[in-house]
Amino acid sequence: MNLIASSAFFNEKHEAMKEFDVIILGAGAAGLTAGIYLARAKASVLILDHGMPGGQINLTHLVENYPGIESISGYMLASTMKKQAQKFGCIIKSNAKIKTLDFAGETKIVVLENGDEFNAKAVILSPGGRSRALNVPGEKEFTGRGISYCATCDGDFFQDREIIVVGGGNSALEEAVELTKYASKVTIVHQFDHFQAFQHAVDRAKENPKINFVMESTIVEFVGEDSLRAAKIKHITSGIITEMPIDGTFIFIGYVPNTEAIKGVVALNEWGEIITTKKLETNLKNVFAAGDARDTDTRQITTAVADGTRAALAAMQAVLQ
Amino acid sequence: MSTLMTNLKHIASEAEYNKVLQENENVMIICGRMGPMCVPVYDAAEELEIQYKHIQFYDMLFDLPDSKVIRGLPECRGFMGLPFTVYYKNAKVVKATSSIQTSEQIQEILNAHF
Repeated sequence: MNLIASSAFFNEKHEAMKEFDVIILGAGAAGLTAGIYLARAKASVLILDHGMPGGQINLTHLVENYPGIESISGYMLASTMKKQAQKFGCIIKSNAKIKTLDFAGETKIVVLENGDEFNAKAVILSPGGRSRALNVPGEKEFTGRGISYCATCDGDFFQDREIIVVGGGNSALEEAVELTKYASKVTIVHQFDHFQAFQHAVDRAKENPKINFVMESTIVEFVGEDSLRAAKIKHITSGIITEMPIDGTFIFIGYVPNTEAIKGVVALNEWGEIITTKKLETNLKNVFAAGDARDTDTRQITTAVADGTRAALAAMQAVLQ
Repeated sequence: MSTLMTNLKHIASEAEYNKVLQENENVMIICGRMGPMCVPVYDAAEELEIQYKHIQFYDMLFDLPDSKVIRGLPECRGFMGLPFTVYYKNAKVVKATSSIQTSEQIQEILNAHF
């Protein structure tokens, strides 16, 4: 059953196109929304993504707070947005690895590692973000072998097992409660003495008899053989390291912006987020930014969609000038 | 539901699995669900299928009883993250990965083994 429109068709059809009104870097909610608005207004639009369209939406099991849709899988929402953008004429190129970006002049130039070069009058940067990793020894080695970043995907591998959840935000606490459906014991490890999550999420976690807490602590190493066997946990204030036998660890410590490819091209803040004006302009003329990679305090699908809309309208004005 | 909602070719039984491996030299099978960590791997495979014509790309629903042929592989021992992605050369497993993989990671494996 073919449910997913193949971007390959579009890529082959428009292989010769090199010049566009607008190039969008990033095909998540912000980028696809911008593409929909621009292409519907008859602008020629190329959307490049370093991975696959959808961004973080693809990693969301169920979306229940998108107005107008009571409940939808992240996959279906992303797939629909992609098809909608393509329907209006956006060309979407997946797995596009950036080689160079030259946005200083009137013509914005994007060169890919495969040698393809594209020009545009305006650019929208919407590279999104990714799950933050602990970056400790053993983390990469045991990802998929006990370490996970998705409770809904991998929770049932841990039926009647003991697990750790790392983090202190809403995601960490809500997923910890969710994981008690499977695990016999959930230990939340958090670096501070208090949580950043909303009080109702904290209360739900504290009320759950399967959940206990290790505060002011951080994981410094994961150990095991075929699969994860233990985590070494350091108490931050005392410096004491203890080894906790464990079957699994779920990590929810926020996101990092995917701005490595644009570092040095546009102005970023100390966290690597793109600095924008209220009109979503970057420090370069006719280069705009939208979505989770922008310097913003709210990162939701709805806010990314709003950003994409605003950036598209601003870019459209720039193209018409 | 006995197959996944992807554009890949599907394997729905142990018999089909055996037939695919008997008839093809280079095979990649992604065994998962329509979940957040699995979908990006299917998407990557769909794109790579166009480029790597000498490799056959399949998926298999993790919850099928017959997916034991993949779940039970020694190479998948210790796997606790979907999808399980297995690469076969002449019906022998040459590589297996657990959980989400990027297109680059998949290409590295394809280039190394096929």
